[in-house]
Amino acid sequence: MAITDAPRIMTSRLGDDDSYTMERYLATGGYTALRKAFTMRPEAVGAEVDAASLLGRGGAGFPAGRKWSMMRKNPVTYLVVNGDESEPATFKDHMLIERDPHQILEGVLISAYALQVSQAFIYVRGEFALGLERLQQALNEAYDHGAVGADIFGSGFSLDVVVHPGAGAYICGEETAMLESLEGKRGFPRIKPPFFPAAIGIYGEPTVVNNVETMANIPWIINNGGAAFAALGQGRSTGTRLFALAGHVRKPGNYEIEMVKTTFRDLIYAPVLGGGIRGSNTLKAFIPGGVSAPWFGPDQVGLPLGQDEVGDAGSMLGSGSVVVMDSATCMVRAAWRITKFFSRESCGQCTPCREGSGWLERIMFRIEHGDGREEDLDLLMDLCDNISPGVAWPPQQTTICVLGPSIPSSIASGIRMFRDEFLVHVKEGGCPFD
Amino acid sequence: MCHLAQEQDGWLRPEAMAEIGELCEVTAAEVQGTASFYDMLHLEPVGTYVLSVCTNIACMLGGALELLGHAESALGVRAGGTTTDGVFTLHEAECLADCDKTVCVQVNHRYVGAQTPESFDALLDDLRAGRLADTVPPHGTLVRVRRSTGLQADRAAVAAERAAMAEAQAARATAADGGHKA
Repeated sequence: MAITDAPRIMTSRLGDDDSYTMERYLATGGYTALRKAFTMRPEAVGAEVDAASLLGRGGAGFPAGRKWSMMRKNPVTYLVVNGDESEPATFKDHMLIERDPHQILEGVLISAYALQVSQAFIYVRGEFALGLERLQQALNEAYDHGAVGADIFGSGFSLDVVVHPGAGAYICGEETAMLESLEGKRGFPRIKPPFFPAAIGIYGEPTVVNNVETMANIPWIINNGGAAFAALGQGRSTGTRLFALAGHVRKPGNYEIEMVKTTFRDLIYAPVLGGGIRGSNTLKAFIPGGVSAPWFGPDQVGLPLGQDEVGDAGSMLGSGSVVVMDSATCMVRAAWRITKFFSRESCGQCTPCREGSGWLERIMFRIEHGDGREEDLDLLMDLCDNISPGVAWPPQQTTICVLGPSIPSSIASGIRMFRDEFLVHVKEGGCPFD
Repeated sequence: MCHLAQEQDGWLRPEAMAEIGELCEVTAAEVQGTASFYDMLHLEPVGTYVLSVCTNIACMLGGALELLGHAESALGVRAGGTTTDGVFTLHEAECLADCDKTVCVQVNHRYVGAQTPESFDALLDDLRAGRLADTVPPHGTLVRVRRSTGLQADRAAVAAERAAMAEAQAARATAADGGHKA
């Protein structure tokens, strides 16, 4: 089967220039899934998503249907949708919000009906000014169309949706930090367990939190059935997924791909996808799932794009972003820049993350700029071990949220795979790539 | 609300933070503490155009550090600084999520496409000449599309939900008190 044979579940409209308008959405089957959902009982809608085995697309990969069914015991008050996409080199939600906002809204409406909530929030990263405008415009149109508000399509079901802009903080992608931010506070992640958002979410009420990409899958699942979705992919990784390909490839971009059936090799080299490495260089390393994930080398390009397959190999699919680095890339500089990012974005609550990230960044900086010492390599690993004991994958955690254990990934990968390159920086007193 | 204040003034004035504090029944210091947490909220005056140059991993691989260096010399300010005429503020940004168009630059949080040193100079000229006024509003204006309708869910249902919420919170408070005494 060719890579391009899988149905386009989330990206079917993106070829049209006016893909974000109500007109185009209605002309291409928009809001039919919502009407269909209203002919079903709310539990049946939830069962369909359960049958799809749709794994949450936010990064952690928890089954969305199971998250919902856990809520059946406790009535849920709010649905919050996470559109704070900030994981470096991830740009799929940005595209979905800007290019097909109605699809997200329809997913939110169906999900709210399944959960029987009357208030939903969509938290969108503040830097997405155009996306925020398109989504607000779509929401206004949907209210006028009777698809949102009181007594939607005469079904008796009512829902209000609020679009909320973030204000620039990576940590607000963490679900409890996002809820804090939505409440108008600093984005400090909450301590959990014992109380996950399902028990105490926004304004102290039971809350379901889902990702934007998860929502974008819901209309297709209701129109085509959970079984059709589950028939795509393999094992626990069902359906298609958006992969954000960036770095040294000829054709970077977002690609919707059937899970597991495609490999990293296909994604990077296939002419219809990444198109191979830029220029005449070769692949040196790639990051398989956002900068929080440990790196892979060229010998691992044969791995399928599946959650468990990548997990078993010692990394994660995470946010679905794949960063390709070619043979002219300085790995010390790459790891330094990623560490600098974490240092800047640490919220500052937990000591290992707040202090550790800053120390690591400074040591990486001095190695890259020729002031490193040979013993710095052990020092780096020792600091990583203090943030995430054992520096293993999946990581141990000493902090409130998973930002902490994400910090060591790039440095530990760099030292493990490219130790010699670090040593050359130290011995030659500078970066050999300058 | 901080976004609204910034839309009015281009940055968060102390007077605005004091007023937000009054409206939300918190101190001005708490408003400032919250605002200072977020990258997009500015506690000091910024230029009419805030240029955000991403230097995170995907853009760095595409030459972002070189572009930032070029921007610093073209504007005569270091990252974080504002030009003396008050037109431009240069900001070294974290990933702006447009990584297939490197180097990614935003002006007042509007994407302006992949940039090279040459195109960056042309961008500055365009901004100075006001040629991008339609797509790039003054700094602070984030969402130009306003909500066109109020909340419509059934008032009685909302009131019932709020009552249930208060009851549940009271029950939790009682349980917590009980636990404390025991």
